[in-house]
Amino acid sequence: MVEWMSKTYAKDFSFQELMVAAASRELKDHEVVFVGIGIPQLGALLAQRTHAPNLTLIYESGVVGTRPERLPLSIGDPTLVSGTYGIFNFYETFSMLLQRGFIDVGFVGGAQVDKFGNINSTVIGDYEKPKVRLPGSGGGCEIAGLSKRIVIVTPHEKRRMVDKVDFVTSPGFLNGAEARERNGLSGGPSAVITTMGVLRFDEETKEMYLASYHPGLSVDQVKQNTGWDLKISPKVGETEPPTVEEVNILREDLDPQGIFLKKAVT
Amino acid sequence: MAAQVMTTKEAVQKFVRDGQLVCFGGFTHGIPFAIGHEMIRQRKKHLAVCKETPDLIVDQLLAAGCIDRLMFSWAGNPGVGSLHAFRRAVEQQVPNAVAIEEYTHFITGARYLAGASGLPFMPVTASVFASDLAKHSDVFKTIDCPFTGKKICLVKAINPDVAIIHGQRADREGNTQMWGIVGSNREIAMASERVIVSVEEIVDSEIVRRDPNRTVIPGFHVDAVIEEPWGAHPSYSQGYYDRDNQYYIDYEVTTRTRETHDKFLNEWVFSVSDRKEYLKHLGAERMVSLKTKSYYSTPVDYGYFG
Repeated sequence: MVEWMSKTYAKDFSFQELMVAAASRELKDHEVVFVGIGIPQLGALLAQRTHAPNLTLIYESGVVGTRPERLPLSIGDPTLVSGTYGIFNFYETFSMLLQRGFIDVGFVGGAQVDKFGNINSTVIGDYEKPKVRLPGSGGGCEIAGLSKRIVIVTPHEKRRMVDKVDFVTSPGFLNGAEARERNGLSGGPSAVITTMGVLRFDEETKEMYLASYHPGLSVDQVKQNTGWDLKISPKVGETEPPTVEEVNILREDLDPQGIFLKKAVT
Repeated sequence: MAAQVMTTKEAVQKFVRDGQLVCFGGFTHGIPFAIGHEMIRQRKKHLAVCKETPDLIVDQLLAAGCIDRLMFSWAGNPGVGSLHAFRRAVEQQVPNAVAIEEYTHFITGARYLAGASGLPFMPVTASVFASDLAKHSDVFKTIDCPFTGKKICLVKAINPDVAIIHGQRADREGNTQMWGIVGSNREIAMASERVIVSVEEIVDSEIVRRDPNRTVIPGFHVDAVIEEPWGAHPSYSQGYYDRDNQYYIDYEVTTRTRETHDKFLNEWVFSVSDRKEYLKHLGAERMVSLKTKSYYSTPVDYGYFG
């Protein structure tokens, strides 16, 4: 663990920054990633600027292999085009890249996430009479259904981390256990990275559990901010903090104006 | 028949009728704002609109009461937040009730491709049936694949009455070229009965013919071609100008109530008679700040085989 030992950890960082750093560590070099805008995107861009320089980043606008110099403000930002190696049209992006099975990781956010990793980005409340109307699936439904694995990045609040989502926009493990496979889907969520911890899924029940809590927090605090009786890994410990380098890249290079880091994901 | 060169006002008068199904092109890039604003000014009514990402332009058509039915897959202010007129229409039926039909991006793309291919449907993987979306739509259904026996999803074609597209350049015959993010522009245009195209510049046919790979829509299927510089502002046009992100951010705040949204429409749509006046209102300083530094591709050699 020489590499671990040689890291210089940041002492001053926000939970948002830790969330992004923890998300970036879910990505391995040379993987093909379908990237959602906002906080998930920051995680992928941070990975590309640190341990995974050969990531292929794909945005739903059809941009393939991008290395944006400035922070893309939307999934179709022109900075994604400058220096990218390919652009697919809309249908091809979903059919030939995603449906065909080339996406290793779907990197997504969501307004509500439930204990089986299902994501709601459609409505809060009843579909016909919504309390809050959210933007809808976009690429989310198929990214979650057809990527080899999914990493979900979301702020940790009781109203977001719920027992059961109001609407399944993007399928996780559905009702748990074998439900996802019964619906003809492989893959599924591998991690949920929040502002309070890193959560993973039980291999058999497919229920989410707490794998690590962020430094400065306790297991009880995480449980209190979760909408169901959250199970805790027997090996639970503190999340690895961000390094000085990671925090510097986030603050000085990726999001100097705090456009995504200072705002909650919607 | 080749396209006719005309103004935005003439094109909307001639080809967009109340009650029609209208499809807007553009995906964050090249949203046809100039044509959309003219539709609002001409107070088009009872439209059905399909746009995978309605963006601010469809939100403005909703605020102005032009739309009765909306088909979409992601209705937000891209990178910023909510579309408030969309939310008012869905949550409170203000200014009018709007029937919504929502898909995923992939399903919307499949609807366009089926329509553009002259087919009744396009088969896609059935993964959408793991979500709750299938409960609220009748444009995708499953059947057993006749070859594998596995469940497969069939997505119903869409064939709009009118396609509204903004490209970078076209010749006077309407052969339309784009580069950067092209989205569904070709599929939308080829699926539609009528096609209205605005471009940053109308160029000599020789320029188009020297670079045919960049053509997205053939002129024989374009009805109106309009030279409308900055026709996609506040979205962007690759190589011409950047997205006016401040406009998108301000829009989030200034359109939160119906009253402030109406004021917004008065300022940016009704108080100007066309795009030239709109740009005068926008101001030279802001336009200069959105201009892009040139970054040319290397010309390719097609070879001459004459």
